[in-house]
Amino acid sequence: MDFAGAFSAANLGFLMDGFYLTLIVAFVSIILSFVIGVIVGVIRYAEVPVLSPVMFFLVELIRNLPLLLIIFFVRFALPEVGIKMGLTTAAIAALTIFEAAMIAEIVRGGLTAVDKGQIEAARSSGLSSFQTLWHIVLPQGLRHMVPPLVSQFISLLKDTSLATIVALPELMHNAKIVMGQKESFTIPVLLLIAVLYFAVNYLLSVVSRRLEHKTA
Amino acid sequence: MDFSILTDYFGLYLEGFWGTILSSVLALIGSFLLGSVIAVFRITTVKGLRWFGTGYVEFVRNIPLLLVVYIFYYGPSALGFPLDGFKAGTIGLAVYTSAFIAEAIRAGIMAVPKGQMEAARSSGLSYIQTMMHVILPQAIKLVIPPLGNQFINLIKNSSVLTIVAGMDLMYFADSISTETYRTFDTYIFVAVFYLVLTLPLSYGVRVWERRLQRKY
Repeated sequence: MDFAGAFSAANLGFLMDGFYLTLIVAFVSIILSFVIGVIVGVIRYAEVPVLSPVMFFLVELIRNLPLLLIIFFVRFALPEVGIKMGLTTAAIAALTIFEAAMIAEIVRGGLTAVDKGQIEAARSSGLSSFQTLWHIVLPQGLRHMVPPLVSQFISLLKDTSLATIVALPELMHNAKIVMGQKESFTIPVLLLIAVLYFAVNYLLSVVSRRLEHKTA
Repeated sequence: MDFSILTDYFGLYLEGFWGTILSSVLALIGSFLLGSVIAVFRITTVKGLRWFGTGYVEFVRNIPLLLVVYIFYYGPSALGFPLDGFKAGTIGLAVYTSAFIAEAIRAGIMAVPKGQMEAARSSGLSYIQTMMHVILPQAIKLVIPPLGNQFINLIKNSSVLTIVAGMDLMYFADSISTETYRTFDTYIFVAVFYLVLTLPLSYGVRVWERRLQRKY
């Protein structure tokens, strides 16, 4: 175990570059998949003819496939049918597609959990069904969704490591390169990246627990 | 869509399919055994064990699966006893999943009403007898849906074996696509193979969940 060699200034800088890209990719994917997931989840909940069954089909399909396959597919198979994008964009697109499907299910579940009496009361007070959804169901449903949403965001951050299969220079990818320099670097590097991933995710789960207490 | 890829390379597809199934089933058994032990640690009154159980679950759940697999792939080889990709990958999968299964089992045990424990204990049953005959039989029904979900995740997650050359479906697909130069078609069939496993399981889990809801 060669901690001094593994953590030379150049190696540390290289690992931090990877960590930075991991955080950026995770952050952008979280925002995009949250927005798309909420829209799809609401469509699923609202039982719109044609649109809702189509969304059901797509969500089920995506949720039952490995994310690794989706990342690989977006990067290497879609260009064959003319859909081309850059490396980072492809990784973000794949992560967003997969996580949005997961989030859509969380959103639908949260909305379904809202008491039916609330909807009946709002509708009989003269609110339109859209107003009921926007002012009554969504705000209450969101409260049920906070804990599963945060654990999904934690999953997303962990899942960015899978983009290593398309050689996205994120933390896991850069770690493998540093480990490849010398066998004695392996354990120090594995320890360091474990600490980095753990720190961010643990922080997120602590925030989630705080939010849970506040909204409960 | 070029179905000749499926027929020409059916043997390779099957070999990978088998690798995916074998790794998922072995990891399920391993993670169930390990997860049960950790769940017992989490609920016992022995402080040291509780502390260890909590630490284990928190650490493993907050780092990426790929990192766990790397720890078992690159770690042993740095220490002089290398494991092949299939073994390291399956052990990594089992360790990673065990943290989630431990939490599912713990939640199942906690969901059994406290009165059950008190009634059994005051009827003269020992703690172990109460667990074996009263608490666990009731808890297991509640634990089946989350276990089913974890098995679905295991099947999808087993795709990371490909990153350490673990002889799974994605790994063989890579050799097929380098021969055919048809990434799109090759991987569409890969997706179908995964769906053959995951879709029926998802459906089964949903049916079981609905049955549980009707009972209460």
